[in-house]
Amino acid sequence: MSTYDRSMALTGQPPKILSRNQKIATLIGMAGLMIILLTAFNVDFPNKGLWLSISLSAISAGTIWFAWDAYSQKLPGIKNDGVWFKSISSKGLWGWVAGIALTGFYIILYFYPEYLGLVKGGSNKGVIALFDPLSKLLSGNLASQWFVYGTLYTVAILAFGIKFLWKYRHNRYEKIRTMSVMFFQTAFAFIIPELMARLNGDKILNGGSLPYYDLKNVWPLNYYNFEGYRIKAFLSSGDIGFALLVFGILSVFVITPILTYKFGKRWYCSWVCGCGGLAETAGDSFRQLSDKTVKAWNVERWVVHSVVVFVTLMTTAVIYSYLGTDTSKYWLTKSTFLIGVAVLLTTVFAWVMLFKRQQLQKDAQYGAIGYFVIIMALIGIHFFSGDGNVFLFKSETLRKSYSFLIGSIFSGVIGTGFYPIFGNRVWCRFGCPMAAMMGFQQRLFSKFRITTNGGQCISCGNCSTYCEMGIDVRAYAQKGENIVRSSCVGCGICSAVCPRGVLKLENGPLEGRIDSNQVLLGNDVDLMTLVNKK
Amino acid sequence: MENIVIIGNGIAGVSAARHIRKLSDKRIIIISGETDYFFSRTALMYVYMGHMKFEHIQPYENWFWEKNRIELVRGYVTQVSPEEKQLTIDGSRAINYDKLIIATGSKPNKFGWPGQDLHGVQGLYSKQDLDLLEVNAPNKEVCKRAVIVGGGLIGIELAEMLRSRDIPVTFLVRENSFWNGVLPNGESQMINEHILEHHIDLRLGTNLKEIVADEKGRVKSVVIAETGEELSCDIVGLTAGVTPNIDFLKDSGIELGRGVKVNRFLETNVEDIYAIGDCAEQHESIGNRRPIEAVWYTGRMMGETVAQTICGNKIEYKPGHWFNSAKFLDIEYQTYGWVFSERGKKEYEKHFHWRHPQEKLCITVAFNKDNNQFLGLNTFGIRMRHQVFDRWLTEERDVDYVMEHLADANFDPEFYKNYELEIVSKFNNDFGKSINPKKKSIKRIFQFS
Repeated sequence: MSTYDRSMALTGQPPKILSRNQKIATLIGMAGLMIILLTAFNVDFPNKGLWLSISLSAISAGTIWFAWDAYSQKLPGIKNDGVWFKSISSKGLWGWVAGIALTGFYIILYFYPEYLGLVKGGSNKGVIALFDPLSKLLSGNLASQWFVYGTLYTVAILAFGIKFLWKYRHNRYEKIRTMSVMFFQTAFAFIIPELMARLNGDKILNGGSLPYYDLKNVWPLNYYNFEGYRIKAFLSSGDIGFALLVFGILSVFVITPILTYKFGKRWYCSWVCGCGGLAETAGDSFRQLSDKTVKAWNVERWVVHSVVVFVTLMTTAVIYSYLGTDTSKYWLTKSTFLIGVAVLLTTVFAWVMLFKRQQLQKDAQYGAIGYFVIIMALIGIHFFSGDGNVFLFKSETLRKSYSFLIGSIFSGVIGTGFYPIFGNRVWCRFGCPMAAMMGFQQRLFSKFRITTNGGQCISCGNCSTYCEMGIDVRAYAQKGENIVRSSCVGCGICSAVCPRGVLKLENGPLEGRIDSNQVLLGNDVDLMTLVNKK
Repeated sequence: MENIVIIGNGIAGVSAARHIRKLSDKRIIIISGETDYFFSRTALMYVYMGHMKFEHIQPYENWFWEKNRIELVRGYVTQVSPEEKQLTIDGSRAINYDKLIIATGSKPNKFGWPGQDLHGVQGLYSKQDLDLLEVNAPNKEVCKRAVIVGGGLIGIELAEMLRSRDIPVTFLVRENSFWNGVLPNGESQMINEHILEHHIDLRLGTNLKEIVADEKGRVKSVVIAETGEELSCDIVGLTAGVTPNIDFLKDSGIELGRGVKVNRFLETNVEDIYAIGDCAEQHESIGNRRPIEAVWYTGRMMGETVAQTICGNKIEYKPGHWFNSAKFLDIEYQTYGWVFSERGKKEYEKHFHWRHPQEKLCITVAFNKDNNQFLGLNTFGIRMRHQVFDRWLTEERDVDYVMEHLADANFDPEFYKNYELEIVSKFNNDFGKSINPKKKSIKRIFQFS
């Protein structure tokens, strides 16, 4: 029986009540959003630079003041009082309102940018025009809908990042990690690419122009990195362009595997990545909404690994389509490339089957075998099919459907729009192919684990509830097992919310890392031998 | 097929059921009057505070029980008849058993205070108590002040819960410092300070005289024994410890003390009846442990042990080194081995205490003053690694070794500030030693070569 009411009123009783300061802060933040909304209805502000500054400052100030009022008066510690009483964070009415508003924004952004004021071949109007001054300041060009998005995204990570820093001010892991995502978003995703655009046409690039490149975005998260137009742009931009292309390739095949081996995929997902950055800051209030059922876990494994297969096929097809056939012109030809892909996949597959077979659950093995067969079959078909298409489809069809289904709908509309409904890591958990590939390595070949502290677990469930990736952390902890899961992004919140100091994220020896017979300390040793007998 | 009936779906009963299922195909029935499904009792507080919903504190999804063929029966057992091997549920339904496991847990202590059964007076143990609290103290308008009687772990949790809804709390503690029957002075003192930081009206050395009713039979106020002061309040929380919940066994012929008397095999005096968890009372204490241990993990361990015995592999209940943990508002507490308060201290036991000058962090290390053997550690605000302390206790390390390798035992999250240098330097100062603390070694921690 629960007697607390779940009305959408902003008033009510503690802990869900808003203080007077918080109400004013909300008003200020909303006023900032209002300015942007007014431009969407083509209200023409005279001094755009000034009004944009006012708007962004109001949004940031509102958010920061709200957070300051919530946390500054309280002692350092866990701040989850009333999370499930508040409408916004418990799928109540405000949660749905926020979800629908965000989803609507993403639909307009991806598919109807003209409503934001994008004019083909003309100068910007509406919202996008409001952002022109800032864009000119950075890159010298007019703003696009992506610039508007990037700016708001960065503001959100910074403002909510400050909120997060206060909320977890007792926890240095959380603080350092959050400063890291704030830095990478501002510098790497936002400012550097804009400044790089200033180099375009310069003689340092041999007169070429670089594609827009967020250096921390690694394939397959940026699935488009090796598309023909980008390769051309890289190669036409002198040594710098070539270096960036090499960096792009190295980041996939060298940097990512090494760092994932040493630290787990958290080095990327919760320290560097922009999607992760938004999820950890703006999405922090929704982490408890992720689905922890075994059913959801099954869906997750199938969906996310299907995306990996999809992106691999798509990228192979795209690269294949622009390669030539004449070895005398360039060493990498269509068939060399396909053979290369096949060899690489076979190597990984063989390594897993030979050395890591025991560590995979049965269905994962079936999955691996199934997908491997599909990829090999499709490549085989190519050799028996005509030119102009790869596998069974036109490469362009494949690219377009990936970009629409995964790049727009999944990562944007569902992934972020549905934060208040499905939790803040829906994209990372169900859709991100980069997370899945690093997760595969994390599960099989990495030093990272969450260590369970002997027999201290009391099965309270805070860890599972606040796991944004929907991992049932408690299921492992209460048995004294370490948590080694491919989906874990290493945000560290399970460890933070644990009232008994049971969980610790750490890098240690591979030996004994996935120890499903971990001794429940405190028990008699002979008994434990018996209990652990399968 | 043998029919195993378990009374109580707490951690002890459920652990027994799970392990019997792992080991055998016996029919398993769990009877509970409290809830349909197993939940974590220690997490009830988080439901009231809004950290979790009730469903989150249930460790297994609802399909788990049917899938593992564990039958769940809802009702209170009112009678046990060992001669017929039969139970009565709610005074009517009868269930037969071949083997019976009693795992009925505890109930809050009441010490005969006048007014202790009034409306608005309650303990905090069961799901029903939580529901009652939502009625008695839904918010600070309905509940203008709460008085909590009894300064232990449940008392401070109840205070934290009520404070999360901004309800003013007066906390009556019989001892002259919080929980100082268990904690050494330095630690107890730090917790006193922390309680005050949370704006809880802590009254030390204060006893309850009586609870006063209004004309409707609801609590109106409490009177304090020492001063005669009358404090008006809308709820009184009785949190002066717990006692085994075994009233229904009075005429069953099963031997009872404070709890159900059991031997080291967790058998009662009646064949085929066992008792585990909070309600079981050992004939003789095991080591320094109390005969009745109302602790989460001992319930789990007894469940695992009795499952072995019932499935044909009779073994003794042998808990290893003592450990425990709790959280006092924002301060986490862990203990490994034995550190007694001044009141319970052994004559050979000597303490080393370190406290951070500003932060709420401290540790106390107990050792044998005759041979320097490390006896145990209490730690507040610094997490320590169970595995490492368990090993050191088994290896009977001396206190100097523990101090030297203290960094190995740290379990705080990465990047946390470490205090081993400060701690060891104070230890050197206090005892005229010159120990040089070693750096943390992954090799030593994980014991690989």
